[in-house]
Amino acid sequence: MTDIAPSTGPASASEHSAAGHSAAEHSAAGHREVERIPYDVVVIGAGGSGLRAAIEARLAGKRTAIISKSLFGKAHTVMAEGGCAAAMGNVNSNDNWMVHFRDTMRGGKFLNNPRMAELHAKEAPDRVYELEAWGALFDRTKDGKISQRNFGGHEYPRLAHVGDRTGLEMIRTLQQKVVALQQEDAVSHGDPEAMIKVYAETTITRLIKDGEGRIAGAFGYIRETGQFVVFEAPAVILATGGIGKTFKVSSNSWEYTGDGHALALLAGAKLLNMEFVQFHPTHMVWPMSVRGLLVTESVRGDGGVLRNSEGKRYMFNYVPDVFRAQYAETEEEADRWYSDPDHNRRPPELLPRDEVARANNAEVKAGRGSPHGGVFLDIASRLPAEEILRRLPSMHHQFKELADVDITKEPMEVGPAQHYVMGGVEVDPDTGESCVPGLFAAGEVSGGMHGSNRLGGNSLSDLLVFGRRAGLGAAEYVGRLGAKLPVADEGEIEAARTEALAPLQRPDGENPYAVHSDVQETMSNLVGIIRTETEIKKALADLETLGVRASAVAAAGGSAYNPGWHLTLDLRNIMLMAKCVAAAALERQESRGGHTRDDYPGMRPEWRKVNLVCTLDGDEIRISRQPVPPMRDDLIALFDRAELKKYLTDEEMAALPAEAPASVAAASEEAH
Amino acid sequence: MSYKAALRVWRGDHGRGDLADYAVEVNEGEVVLDVLHRLQATQAGDLAIRWNCKAGKCGSCSMEINGRPRLACMTRMSTFTEDEVLTITPLRTFPVIRDLVTDVSFNYAKARQIPSFTPDPSVGLGEFRMQQADVERSQEFRKCIECYLCQNTCHVIRDHAENENAFAGPRFLMRVAELEMHPADTADRRDIAQDDFGLGFCNITKCCTEVCPEHIKITDNALIPLKERVAGRRYDPLVWLGSKIARRPRSTGTPKVPDNRH
Ligand SMILES: Cc1cc2nc3c(=O)[nH]c(=O)nc-3n(C[C@H](O)[C@H](O)[C@H](O)COP(=O)(O)OP(=O)(O)OC[C@H]3O[C@@H](n4cnc5c(N)ncnc54)[C@H](O)[C@@H]3O)c2cc1C
Ligand code: SF4
Ligand code: SF4
Ligand code: FES
Repeated sequence: MTDIAPSTGPASASEHSAAGHSAAEHSAAGHREVERIPYDVVVIGAGGSGLRAAIEARLAGKRTAIISKSLFGKAHTVMAEGGCAAAMGNVNSNDNWMVHFRDTMRGGKFLNNPRMAELHAKEAPDRVYELEAWGALFDRTKDGKISQRNFGGHEYPRLAHVGDRTGLEMIRTLQQKVVALQQEDAVSHGDPEAMIKVYAETTITRLIKDGEGRIAGAFGYIRETGQFVVFEAPAVILATGGIGKTFKVSSNSWEYTGDGHALALLAGAKLLNMEFVQFHPTHMVWPMSVRGLLVTESVRGDGGVLRNSEGKRYMFNYVPDVFRAQYAETEEEADRWYSDPDHNRRPPELLPRDEVARANNAEVKAGRGSPHGGVFLDIASRLPAEEILRRLPSMHHQFKELADVDITKEPMEVGPAQHYVMGGVEVDPDTGESCVPGLFAAGEVSGGMHGSNRLGGNSLSDLLVFGRRAGLGAAEYVGRLGAKLPVADEGEIEAARTEALAPLQRPDGENPYAVHSDVQETMSNLVGIIRTETEIKKALADLETLGVRASAVAAAGGSAYNPGWHLTLDLRNIMLMAKCVAAAALERQESRGGHTRDDYPGMRPEWRKVNLVCTLDGDEIRISRQPVPPMRDDLIALFDRAELKKYLTDEEMAALPAEAPASVAAASEEAH
Repeated sequence: MSYKAALRVWRGDHGRGDLADYAVEVNEGEVVLDVLHRLQATQAGDLAIRWNCKAGKCGSCSMEINGRPRLACMTRMSTFTEDEVLTITPLRTFPVIRDLVTDVSFNYAKARQIPSFTPDPSVGLGEFRMQQADVERSQEFRKCIECYLCQNTCHVIRDHAENENAFAGPRFLMRVAELEMHPADTADRRDIAQDDFGLGFCNITKCCTEVCPEHIKITDNALIPLKERVAGRRYDPLVWLGSKIARRPRSTGTPKVPDNRH
């Protein structure tokens, strides 16, 4: 074990390259030629949504490619901890899709696309059961069913989970399902990769269209060699995740440079709700190097409470009017809820994330923060040590290894960080298709489902529900095209190649790492959790200057596995995302969910009717307004009038169906 | 609080390369990956490193730090003295692609040979009933983040590249054990564990367990019980009789999945 010179390893390893490309193949082809690989459906992204989409497209008989910036099984979904929301009713049988739908709309402050929230709530249980049938091992209830845990904003225990590593279970199960399909294809086609193949460590930098503006493929490079490649396909599904690397303090990984958002924008698609960025309330704040590392909401779901430097459980002071009726007013009532949820109201620590994040922020600002600028999250005094170890093993491990804190003995210091983007590509709820023919999107890169704020646990279920639908949508689209396949525009391919090579060919230019870090600084300081017009305007001005710097960065070295070069290409996307978020944030003059304006506090009912849409006009981001899709009467009927009144305008209230709305219980014969 | 650490980092590709010396700033609380990132951002923009989560959850940042296989994102700088030279090299068992990045495709190929989860097809969606106590054994193995540190460490392949066809390595023998212990699985992988995946090569040295960042007891909880199950099957008189009488095939075990890629 002391040898330091690496061997060349097992001789045959490169024959089984994970990317499916051996080094030899490429050196022969030459790095500057563009390789062409035809497929029916190309899925960009190997997280939960991408893998679920690809499985569905392959099950529909389409030849499918899965493309991923990192290795197979490492996508960001792996980091999800708390669980996957699905109204299975295994722990509390009062739960059903209607209650889940209601919680989702409330969490998103009624800005969600109601059709998406409906499909999500209805289909999530089957998608979770499907994972079980593919080998996933969720934690169990006493009667042997999938167990479910409490989470912020969910009325009943609803999150299927595996300890605090649910994302790992999900990604491994989907990865193993892809392998199972490949094993079937090995038997039926004589080649495991005949119908579904993973191109790992491959990055797409441009979508390619045909002369009529339809999707014809995707252009990118293979990290290992720098080889350029075009995946020629009539349907592309974006499943690229979020935009976290636009911000300085974020729980997101390096992959989150907003690639899919930017690819869609550049191809002419619309981005929705980009002002809504989720700042999750509890992340490690110390040591500096792990600032932004997530502390799962399950800590609060399992009984953890937030305290300030005076030891006070301050969340009781931060329950907003719209939620007053559903949350406990005393510590005693809140504590009784854990054992008797039917007769007590929920603790305010379990309010939706935007509320808790703002409260934490306010406590720190008022000088009642923890030594390192956070607040205290206490589970140690609430549960026995062995219970904490059983329920939250990775949290225990994380604090012990990285901060020398034993969470069974002392409170954690936590603070907010960027965590998720609600905004994304506007898609048809049923098929995932965008306004660009042949372009589909699912998962965090798509928009609408979560409105202005996502509930914890609703992303993993979103990935499964809409991943499957996008896979199906793309397969059907390809089926409808028949033989009339789009042909990739050669000019677009050449332009993409030139664009990608430019930073390598610039003799001198700025260091991309420096520019990236300045963009993050600007966004975190000026368009972060609390926003004002003056600061956003300053950010937009700074982004202009940064944009000029970003377009002149250079990468030293060659094109084979060169992270500096990769970052120069990611910067284009990061810049676009920063501008979209800032421009939309300036436009929306109210505070709602993941968008808080100090100069426009409070929700304004007239703004609830408005979605902000970003499009690209030349190099400029354009913001336009379009109406939020209306809710069907049968869905509106799931809410009390008194509650609707808090969100809707007087006009909208007057137009509601006259009859008093049916209660969820009365409508529950519809539930399955 | 901050100091400059002396780093010797392996730079090169496809078998050629050398250790390069750098002095890099270190701040309180940092891990090795932070320091490598600073090196990348300030002195060596093209330094190839694999990483994703920086939270010990994805298993991407495996490398050898002073000869010990570790995750760079979970190795705190405070475990070294300020004047200690840190030698950072790629995983030794796998071919180098560039700098600290290795070709781990061997592992994906092995994964594809193991017959997948095979439930009873008559169980409908949502109808599985399993007790927590029964799923816990396989759950432990499913904590695996596929960092391949165990694969890199096991002497059966680390020191003998020639064994790599006949031996799947601890991670994938553990995958076989996981499926065998899955309460809803119906296949029988005991024969292939021995015959195709090389369970017999393992002489229970526990080196794999020692390096596992997830603290999975690979040897005690997966490999030894799997050996016992295989032995149990081989001495099972019915199976033995079946193979003697030759009225049915010698083994009714599930066969390995062929890798018939061209
Ligand atoms: C720490 C953490 C914990 C979380 N916990 C939970 C939770 O408990 N419950 C919950 O519901 N949600 C949770 N979330 C949110 C949830 O994990 C994510 O929203 C979700 O996993 C996103 O999945 P995805 O399929 O959209 O994308 P990802 O899983 O991020 O996958 C994106 C994929 O796209 C690829 N890609 C990106 N750009 C390109 C490109 N240009 N070319 C090729 N490939 C590309 C990437 O390589 C990757 O494979 C958590 C998030 C974080 C950060
Ligand atoms: S216990 Fe077996 S598998 Fe693990 S390192 Fe030793 S020989 Fe290899
Ligand atoms: S068993 Fe442990 S060491 Fe081996 S790959 Fe999995 S996590 Fe890594
Ligand atoms: S970066 Fe994910 S384990 Fe280290």
